Amino acid sequence: MNRRESLKAIGLGTLTAGAVITSCHTPEDAGQKVDATVPTTGREDFEIARDKKLLSEKFFDDHEMATIAVLSDLIIPKDARSGSATDAKVPDFIEFIVKDEPVHQLPVRGGLRWLDLQCLNRHDKAFSECTPQQQIALLDEIAYPSLAKPVMQQGVAFFNKIRELVAIGFFTSKMGIDDLGYKGNAPGKWEGVPEAVLKKYGLENV
Amino acid sequence: MQIKKTSETYDVVIIGSGAGGGMAGYVLANAGIKVLMLEAGPFFDPAKDSQQLKWPYESLRRGGNATRPMGDFDASYGGWEIDGEPYTQKDGSEFQWFRAKMLGGRTNHWGRISLRMGPKDFKCKTSYGVGDDWPITYDEVKPYYDKVDRLIGVYGSMEGLENDPDGIFLPPPKPRLNELFVKKAATGLGIKVIAGRGSVLTQALPGNKDRGACFFCGQCNRSCKIYGDFSASSCLVIPALKTGNLKVLTNAMVREILTDDEGLASGVSYVDKNDMQEYQVNAKTVILAASTCESARILLNSKSARHPNGLANSSDVVGKYLHDSTQGAGVAILPQLLDRERFNEDGVGSLHLYAPWWLDNKKLDFPRGYHLEIFGGMMMPGYGGYFGFEGVTTPYLNGYLPGRDGKMKPGGGYGAGLKDDYRRFYGTMAGFGCHGTSTARADNYCEIDPAVVDKYGIPVLRFRYKWNTDEINQAKHMQQTAQAIVKEMGGIPLLPPAGPETNYGLDKPGKGIHEVGTVRMGDDPKKSALNKWGQAHDCKNLFVTDGSVFTQQSEKNPTWTILALAMRTTEYLMAQRKKQNV
Repeated sequence: MNRRESLKAIGLGTLTAGAVITSCHTPEDAGQKVDATVPTTGREDFEIARDKKLLSEKFFDDHEMATIAVLSDLIIPKDARSGSATDAKVPDFIEFIVKDEPVHQLPVRGGLRWLDLQCLNRHDKAFSECTPQQQIALLDEIAYPSLAKPVMQQGVAFFNKIRELVAIGFFTSKMGIDDLGYKGNAPGKWEGVPEAVLKKYGLENV
Repeated sequence: MQIKKTSETYDVVIIGSGAGGGMAGYVLANAGIKVLMLEAGPFFDPAKDSQQLKWPYESLRRGGNATRPMGDFDASYGGWEIDGEPYTQKDGSEFQWFRAKMLGGRTNHWGRISLRMGPKDFKCKTSYGVGDDWPITYDEVKPYYDKVDRLIGVYGSMEGLENDPDGIFLPPPKPRLNELFVKKAATGLGIKVIAGRGSVLTQALPGNKDRGACFFCGQCNRSCKIYGDFSASSCLVIPALKTGNLKVLTNAMVREILTDDEGLASGVSYVDKNDMQEYQVNAKTVILAASTCESARILLNSKSARHPNGLANSSDVVGKYLHDSTQGAGVAILPQLLDRERFNEDGVGSLHLYAPWWLDNKKLDFPRGYHLEIFGGMMMPGYGGYFGFEGVTTPYLNGYLPGRDGKMKPGGGYGAGLKDDYRRFYGTMAGFGCHGTSTARADNYCEIDPAVVDKYGIPVLRFRYKWNTDEINQAKHMQQTAQAIVKEMGGIPLLPPAGPETNYGLDKPGKGIHEVGTVRMGDDPKKSALNKWGQAHDCKNLFVTDGSVFTQQSEKNPTWTILALAMRTTEYLMAQRKKQNV
């Protein structure tokens, strides 16, 4: 099989290499759950049944989802290069992944409640109803593990968890992958590290 | 319910479709022999079933490990645990058993690292004073390694090393940027680093029109839609089916090998998972290649008046001498690569750089050795698999290095600054796995658990496996090597130093997925199950062609040797058929 036939075999035969790269980044809103269909090709029967079941279930209530959305955008806001976590539908990913990996359920649900109780005691409002200044003031107490007071350690543990889930959700979405500048997952010819890069790091002769 | 028996008798029935069974089927079918292959899992054709080129967002779990322990796109059906098919442990053992139930078995997702064992490896006792010698030499196996190289394809570089024999190589892929940092550091410490050796077609395989050349997506573990790497499914079983001489029954879970009054193999009994009915097929010859532990299980469960201790087990060695590679690792972030250049660095999904074992054991407190498998580069962002989400360390490391403004800040954080840190750290990871030799010993074994059956009613395996001082000392040395290389390249280590309380980070037995040795070869029928041709001492029309035949592993990953020996055994079987000896 030559290269052209190879590309044909995987359904990319009529495209040029440049077009392949572009095509791999469509549809425009992939990454965000386009619909609730479950992949079936190359999947075991139990996997398909499990995916369908998980998608039919709901774990977080509306208030929890609203809080996750606020937290997501505080952690990954929109900036000059890309959109925010909610733009990349990160809360939907978190809703799915806690059903898929139940180990997250208790720490996230309990942590959200911990956060609300902190806000109720301070401001008589839930976290999601607080002002951005109030929200940020609380995050500053739990987002820097080496600076956090002992009394805030449960908050630190929760924030480590939610920050990780938000980052996973964002940087594995199409938006996040484009943001990172990953160039692969496209048929090509690997010729090694470009000369200029080797030179920059003094690795020409390694 | 009744047992369904066929009147047809196959020339050969092969149990298993992985490297060993696939090779046997390929050789026999191409020689015009009528073969039936029984595979415990479903049909799998990488051309149709591979998850190659999918983006993480095409997975509901972004590539996570919930149903596949090496990630949602990994090609393997199965894993460390399979529902309804348990295994048990003895004496606090923690053996981990990876099973892939599918056409092609574990070769659909493996790392394609394709190494020959060396002359000293086949003579372990003589060369190193531990373990046992094989009943064969490197020179006897070399012609088969050569044939496997030509048939399947392997890249590498000619090095002329005594115990790391060169093959017939395609050009090796160039290293990735991060891997070069590891090479530079290791070289500075006196460790010779050479090109990896992998069964990936870095250019078209001469004489083969069915397989495409690699297009460098780095996703071999997903299996390849154009057959650009080796899987037993794509390169052996599916081509063998085209001869018309091979029939494959999938979802056929073998219960036992049947024998006649003279003690010869007469057929195979299996459960069809589709209809849950019991079947028996007749065979003139049986080839067993169900995987190292499953093959032992089938033999031990095949008891009869002539074989009261299980088939091929008058020596009582079946299940014993189970051994898996030792494993350790070093992983680091390279601060000099913060904000590194972006380019497509996927490369191949196998090994770019490799350091064969480089030291003299006479100066060390353990026998045998380990090699380094070097990795690193701009990986596709994702979740799950071996590395999980690469950015997971960013909010822990961003307090150790100055920001773009040159100023230090506390680690952690949120918002625009943190978002930028994820970008800065992306693609800065480099590391290496250490994979070493464990010595085959009678007291590391699997056996039939007397009290437990699986959902098919088949008695299950119980494991007993402990690392010994040699292996723990080897792991300690891996730790020292890992720390020295990470320090030499100025990396921030991501794995904490491991001490004696964790056996110096030595992974649990089984985790190497290089387990071999349970149906070992040997010249003495009292001390081995198979002769030097892979033929059972106790049953001349039974042959074994998977990793279970190993007398003694080396630090080289076993698949290439399994393929070479399977080809050798199958050719021997055909010669014996011609002489009407079997």
